[in-house]
Amino acid sequence: MTMSSLKQYTDLFRQERVALDGNAPAALNAGRDRAMVFLTAAGSLPVKSDEGYEKTSIDEMFAPDYGVNVNRVNFPVNVAESFRCDVPNITTLLAVVVNDRFVPTTTLMKNLPEGVTVCSLRDADSALLGRWLGKTVESEDAALAFNSLLLQDGVFIHVAKGVKIPKAIQIVDIFSGQTPLLAPRRVLLVAEDGAEISVLKCDHTQTPGVEFASSEVIEIFAGEGAKVDWYDLEESSPATSRWCQFRCRQEAGSSLNICAATLTNGKTRNEYLIDVVGDHCETRLSGMAIGSGTQHIDNSSRLTHRSDRSNSDQLFKYVLDDNATGAFEGLIEVSRGARFNEAYQSNRNLLASTGARMHTKPQLLIYNDDVKCSHGATTGQLDSAALFYMRSRGIPLAEARKMLMQAFMVDVIEKIRLDSLRDRLRHLLELRFSGSCGDAACATCRNRADRQV
Amino acid sequence: MSDDILLEVKDLRAKVEDKEILKGINLTIRPGEVHAIMGPNGSGKSTLSSVLAGNPAFTVTGGEAVFHGVDLLSLSPEDRSHEGLFLSFQYPVEIPGVSMVNFMRAAVNAKREYFHEPPMSASDFLKLMRQKRAVVDLDNKLASRSVNEGFSGGEKKRNEIFQMAVLEPRLAILDETDSGLDIDALRVVAGGVNKLKTDRNATIVITHYQRLLDYIKPDFVHVLYKGRIVRTGGPELALELEERGYDWIKEEEDKKHKEE
Repeated sequence: MTMSSLKQYTDLFRQERVALDGNAPAALNAGRDRAMVFLTAAGSLPVKSDEGYEKTSIDEMFAPDYGVNVNRVNFPVNVAESFRCDVPNITTLLAVVVNDRFVPTTTLMKNLPEGVTVCSLRDADSALLGRWLGKTVESEDAALAFNSLLLQDGVFIHVAKGVKIPKAIQIVDIFSGQTPLLAPRRVLLVAEDGAEISVLKCDHTQTPGVEFASSEVIEIFAGEGAKVDWYDLEESSPATSRWCQFRCRQEAGSSLNICAATLTNGKTRNEYLIDVVGDHCETRLSGMAIGSGTQHIDNSSRLTHRSDRSNSDQLFKYVLDDNATGAFEGLIEVSRGARFNEAYQSNRNLLASTGARMHTKPQLLIYNDDVKCSHGATTGQLDSAALFYMRSRGIPLAEARKMLMQAFMVDVIEKIRLDSLRDRLRHLLELRFSGSCGDAACATCRNRADRQV
Repeated sequence: MSDDILLEVKDLRAKVEDKEILKGINLTIRPGEVHAIMGPNGSGKSTLSSVLAGNPAFTVTGGEAVFHGVDLLSLSPEDRSHEGLFLSFQYPVEIPGVSMVNFMRAAVNAKREYFHEPPMSASDFLKLMRQKRAVVDLDNKLASRSVNEGFSGGEKKRNEIFQMAVLEPRLAILDETDSGLDIDALRVVAGGVNKLKTDRNATIVITHYQRLLDYIKPDFVHVLYKGRIVRTGGPELALELEERGYDWIKEEEDKKHKEE
């Protein structure tokens, strides 16, 4: 039996504990021992025989000999800035995360509205960190433990009570370096009561030939009546692995809208843990995945209704070509005593080749009578009647296929509440399906120096 | 009418899955002509239109079709369209998420590319759309909707003739264009077809009923039965069929085959 890849990281942790602790504030260091206990007990990162990981072995994803930037080597930020995802008219509030280091821009610092904080986790208010970091959702699991073990930096976003940010905040995650690297990344977003915020995060790889892995944990707290929109765009290289977990808590009357798109990647496992703890909440969770080559995309959700009179809607759509593989496991749980909730879930997939594979597992756990729930999954091919109809009007087969694949994603794009991002994503999809947004970092996002810095 | 031949179909045979549907079709169409193809259910009318348009669900097992000198059966459906063939579908397909505008722009520009012409400018394209919509009185609102999605039966058929107007085919095949139309819609659709008629193009009208032929006057009427054209005549044949039905033809044909 081969040894678990976990060992190289626990070994590293033991050797570098002092350095890690020196690089991070107390609130980050406080989580390490507990993480170590959890991981040691597990004995391994999740493998395919573990429930919920049937189609993705995290242990294999992290098997390469990734280094961790314990010495805090600085990657020049001007290079990083050239990766700014070009989403016109969206925002000047831009922060960059180079591997696992938070790099603000001068425009961000100058333009942050009153009542809004965007900074490194290292500079965050220690009381808020102590209250929320690792605590948004009460669930101890491998994704959180692994991230906490080696975490040294991250992004902290705080929106004070009642403050509404008119512009979106953009976080650009970039992998850069000449040797294989693991980046533990964390975002903690606290939207206090009545606050409103939109965040766009994009993941890119600068040096496509090098193997990279990210362990991402995104924690979102939506206070009473708060409105949080989170858009996540992955355009990484085939040599990039990503294990990203969302941990969200919604208080009464809050609205959470998460829309994640995987346009290019290597191997991706996204986990969504959403706890609806207050009454009258609204939750929209949607995702699109476009796979070609040997891309692998696995989305797993667990949305728990613990309160009354909320509604949630999940929509995940995949288009898989070549030998790409996709997996979706979605769970709606309605807790005992959680009354009058409406919860829906839909997973629809298109296989564009005979080599592509999709695995889907929708689930409902309902411990209460007064609910309206539904779930559904379909996997099929491009509609041959529509293809022939288009060809009979002169539209070449390749173009017709592209148009149908783009059309398939329309309802996911409509979940986005920023007009300019919707337009941009439509454009990126067109490029993606034309094959011009391919294996390397997205061409549209490269070489566009950010002149605002 | 001219002596040129626009479409020459010789002994065309085709099957779907393992069932032979067309068992030797012969048909000659000249510019300026309107041909009606009639026949009972299951005689192969729609198969003939599908095969001519290149629907991959059907396999040609024999014969040929020459379209203004081009071997039609060797072309992809898209190239048949570029060469001037148009099929108005009996059941126009709904394509959610693809807007009519994008659909038509893709069609128009694909044809231009085929003839090595640059894509049409946005303003020219909009002008063209406006012009052609008028042919069948198609509501501008439909243009921003997804292709055929949520269209009424009448709107779908108008939309077919609108597309025909845009693509200006040399040969249009109207497959049961009258089905699902009320009398007013039928008049509009037929009126559109007549407006598009010139002495250089031709039309094949596939229909069950004589009714449509009151509006689109045929030069020739063919009766298709069991995968063959068994009668050809003038407009009077359609009237006779309307009066007597298909049974007398079926009986005569079935008797002939028994004797053979």
